[in-house]
Amino acid sequence: MIYGYAGVILRVDLSNATVRKEPLPESLAENFIGGRGFVAKMLYDEIPSGIGPYDPENMLIAATGPLTGHFLPASGKTHFGTKSPATGGYADSNMGGHFGPQMKYAGYDVLVITGKTENPSYLYINDDTVEIRPAAKYWGQGSITAEKNFKDHLGDDYQMITIGPAGENRVRYACISHDFGRQAGRTGVGAVMGSKNLKAIAVKGTGSIPVADLKEAYAKGKEAYQKVKAKPGFEGWTPEGTAGITNWTNEVGVFPTRNFQTSYAEHYKNINGKAILDRLKITDKGCFGCPTPCGKYGHTQTPSGSAYVEGPEYETIALFGGNCVLKTIEEVAYANYLCDELGIDTISAGVVIGWAIECFKKKILTRDDIGQEIDFSDLDSVVYLLNKIAKREGIGDLLAEGVKVASEKTGHGSERFAIHVKGLEWSGYECRNAPSMMLAYLTADVGAHHNRAWVLGHDVAGAWTNVHDLIASETENKAQPKAVISDRCAEYVIESQHKRSLFDALGNCRLQMMELGFEAEHYAELYSVITGMTKSWEELLKISERIWHLTRAFSVREISGFGRHLDFPPARLYEEPIADGPNQGHVISKREIDDLLTWYYTARGWNNNGIPTKETLMSVGLSGVAGDLEGG
Amino acid sequence: MELRAIHENCSGCSTCRLACAIENFKEVNPSKSLLTIEARFPAPGDYRIHICDQCGECADNCPEDAIYLKDGAFIVDPDTCTGCLICVEVCPHDVMFEQKHSDVPIKCNLCGECARTCPRDAIVLVQDIEREVA
Repeated sequence: MIYGYAGVILRVDLSNATVRKEPLPESLAENFIGGRGFVAKMLYDEIPSGIGPYDPENMLIAATGPLTGHFLPASGKTHFGTKSPATGGYADSNMGGHFGPQMKYAGYDVLVITGKTENPSYLYINDDTVEIRPAAKYWGQGSITAEKNFKDHLGDDYQMITIGPAGENRVRYACISHDFGRQAGRTGVGAVMGSKNLKAIAVKGTGSIPVADLKEAYAKGKEAYQKVKAKPGFEGWTPEGTAGITNWTNEVGVFPTRNFQTSYAEHYKNINGKAILDRLKITDKGCFGCPTPCGKYGHTQTPSGSAYVEGPEYETIALFGGNCVLKTIEEVAYANYLCDELGIDTISAGVVIGWAIECFKKKILTRDDIGQEIDFSDLDSVVYLLNKIAKREGIGDLLAEGVKVASEKTGHGSERFAIHVKGLEWSGYECRNAPSMMLAYLTADVGAHHNRAWVLGHDVAGAWTNVHDLIASETENKAQPKAVISDRCAEYVIESQHKRSLFDALGNCRLQMMELGFEAEHYAELYSVITGMTKSWEELLKISERIWHLTRAFSVREISGFGRHLDFPPARLYEEPIADGPNQGHVISKREIDDLLTWYYTARGWNNNGIPTKETLMSVGLSGVAGDLEGG
Repeated sequence: MELRAIHENCSGCSTCRLACAIENFKEVNPSKSLLTIEARFPAPGDYRIHICDQCGECADNCPEDAIYLKDGAFIVDPDTCTGCLICVEVCPHDVMFEQKHSDVPIKCNLCGECARTCPRDAIVLVQDIEREVA
């Protein structure tokens, strides 16, 4: 018996309608922990090299971690992985809520979906009963509508994941939705699910997860809750959740605005966390076991429509409120709702639409191309484009390919302001005067995502501190000095990449640590008493490092001609000084970016082209991978 | 003492349900929990906590008098209970549970663990003054 885990991998081949249950190998748990670690190992070992993301052979993996579903703060994470529709390389995306815990109570640590059904289907899991069932009547429904209809049919005690029309139509940034407002948003995992004709997965579990020392685990879990509650951020950060950082990102000038033309939005106090509390919120909405619920569920009313919606959280505020310049929280929330219902990632959508609007204003895309005039600060433009994208109608078919492909097809210099790395659109932090954070985006294994490393504290405040303390410090809209660029930037990024990504392997939320400062060592103690495999935080970080090299190796293997050039941002970010706001005039040069990458590769033990060397791979226990990579 | 739900504090995290299962059944298995959280989404967009307030409807309606009051909590006597499940039908809060591991219905014994572990103070233990006076 492996304590802490359910102990079983469930494999479903949709093409042959077969279901197989395998014991979870102890070596997999020991060497890759869970969640993102399982995703990386299984993708690398099992995906036939060179397949397309929508080929039936592609895997859609849902993996929990050893902490998922246990009694400790915020143990509700599920990690999805696949070969990326956005980049062609490694992809994963994690989601809070209640799905992962329910998977483990049903008896499964990991679901591996391969193949494709002939007709729309959903996967039904009720403990030992696993069935592929028809879902034609749900096909075409929005993510939220479908979840409601499935629950009306099956019962509220099922946890659901669904896709919307965007997933069905393989929009490359379609998300997987859950619990009326939680998403595995990034990297197009919803499009892969759609390519398999899989509308939903329903899971209900009534089993228990074995624990090595339940009495001690329960005591330590209670202690962890008490310590989280004692942090100043418990009362100070929780009320507004992630949206609480909106004032700070504007006041220090890192808020992406007008398709990253600038990094400050004058109307930010009309789209911040306080605006959510004052004008939208009905209830806090938390994930499984979470003492600090960041979800703010509310209702929004705009001339374009009204809706119940979870959020907006910070990223959605940044990409719709900043990048598309929607000027009220109600408008941002309505765009948020529409993305949720259509099954579209709000981050990528906000970047793609910002790019399209700029193209129109520069006459690169015309009214004939688009079907109507579009503009910043116009909710109707956003609503129009989101619907077109989800259905791949007209201009939507181009935009559904993501900003990289859309700009390459459109040309006329639009690639310069297509804000992505490797094909994944950039999330909510502008980095022309934030070199560490810039490097974090450039080297994140899924593309331009903040999830893997968040080091703005180093760039702006000179040191890392928890987010609550950072944003509680006094800021004002004054000119920012040029941030320090040195090899320390690479150190900060690598440390953060190992630390934050470790939570994605453990199956637990990182926000209690990152936002409130709950000490990391507690997680190692909890891991040890739950699993019986005693490991220190440092030992767990070494595994996180191993996983990092493996995800890079996967992308090296799968993306033709992979190398340093793919770790660069679009030209706007190294050619155009920031237009206004606290960072007005700042820009990072291409040479400085080259330096950052060189420092990073050196510190990582990768060659000058960003490929892990054989020696490095051997040193982290990936000798089997070392022989696969050329140029290492 | 009795449990009281403050619905507007609940964020649906289910910490209470997991604590209940660990405390009473020594299992990491919230399906055994003796309280439920109703998530009302997408509309009206809130949570409702269903807990036993020891109202006694189960005892009043038990044809075998198998449910008795002890230290403020109604307890099912497994030797007297015939498993007719009338108590499950009449419970106004739907917190009288049939569980596959038990021959008799199971209910909250007022251990208070849900209230002690709720991180949002959505379930609290309060003195029931009226009942104590009575």
